[in-house]
Amino acid sequence: MHNFDFVKPSTIAEAVKALSDGDAQALSGGQTLLPSMKQRLAAPGTLVSLTGIAEMKGVCKGDGGLHIGAATPHAVVAREAAAHYPALAALAGGIGDPAVRSRGTIGGSIANNDPAACYPAAVLASGATVVTNKRQIAADDYFQGMFTTALEEGEIVIEVRFPIPQKAAYVKFNQPASRFALTGVFVAKFGDGVRVAVTGASNNGVFRWTEGEKALSSSFSADAVKGLSVDPAEMISDLHGTPEYRAHLVKVLTGRAVAQANG
Amino acid sequence: MAKLTMTVNGKTVSAEAEGRTLLSSFLREGLGMTGTHVGCDTSQCGACVVHVDGQAVKSCTVLAHDVAGADVRTIEGMANPDGSLGKIQQAFQDHHGLQCGFCTPGMVMSAAALLAENPKPTEAEVRHHLEGNICRCTGYHNIVKAVLAASGQDVSKIAAE
Repeated sequence: MHNFDFVKPSTIAEAVKALSDGDAQALSGGQTLLPSMKQRLAAPGTLVSLTGIAEMKGVCKGDGGLHIGAATPHAVVAREAAAHYPALAALAGGIGDPAVRSRGTIGGSIANNDPAACYPAAVLASGATVVTNKRQIAADDYFQGMFTTALEEGEIVIEVRFPIPQKAAYVKFNQPASRFALTGVFVAKFGDGVRVAVTGASNNGVFRWTEGEKALSSSFSADAVKGLSVDPAEMISDLHGTPEYRAHLVKVLTGRAVAQANG
Repeated sequence: MAKLTMTVNGKTVSAEAEGRTLLSSFLREGLGMTGTHVGCDTSQCGACVVHVDGQAVKSCTVLAHDVAGADVRTIEGMANPDGSLGKIQQAFQDHHGLQCGFCTPGMVMSAAALLAENPKPTEAEVRHHLEGNICRCTGYHNIVKAVLAASGQDVSKIAAE
């Protein structure tokens, strides 16, 4: 990879200042960015590490749910969220492999918004709030398509606040080589309805399957989605699966996630 | 280039490193500690796994400067103080958990991280934990057996395949 200046601020204010240089890029766990830089798909002049900022780390119960610092690695979420939000902890514990989970972070994952990443499904299905150094963004407004988010230049994700559903589960169908989701579905049942978020399947990145949500809001059972069909028009087509295959997986995995959530 | 200091296997070490220097390069080229192997350099194979503050990481996908001041442990730190093989290393030898040996440093470090967190893992847990470590020789069976043996569990009933 091309060389760059490396800085590691210890406060959010310092990080924001360092990122105001147009050629600077934020670095979290680096499990996507560093491989991209090795391939010279990215070549920032300065890398600003966010992993030394204490206030961006940790898992705690807060107003209205579970607050997770953006620089918290997956392994820590898997361990510390387990008692509060088991489905989210299980999702974190299934990303990549153990060494990747030691470094990769929730903030890095949702800032990158890879169309096959796991976390965007949890954030969207939970109706979480993305807290940045500037504002709070509802999950429904945050994800704006493949590798695209509401984040502006120099804006950093500080924390993600998850409302805790009554029941939830995430089921992913692994792409066996990369262990990214070929398709993954997160189902979350709240008092006022059910939210279903799908990753890995769509050319538009993570999305809500509203038809499934409607059916599950009237009857939270795997059978409720059996008669539905998912439109393959916007689904990803690659050597791992056709659009029709992914569309079918959306329905099948939703059913499995509901069955799992119901225990 | 900037000076970088960290603790590696209990010793404080310093060397010059560029911003882009990977932890794997810092260990191998900066410090001459070539026990940590670089297989794929794309964070797939796990040959480069080391511990940073007790956590297993792929050192080819960590910037050396990002772990300045950290406590790093590599395969060179796994032997007993008298130089004999450590418990996990000995189990790999006893159970033929390696053939060419290229993946072994990463396998041993991943196994050590697992046993630190889960001292008596099941076979399924061992296999799940080693998902990020690729071995092209053994078919994994004897690696799993070695890790279970290192945890003090009876592996006599696990048939060699």
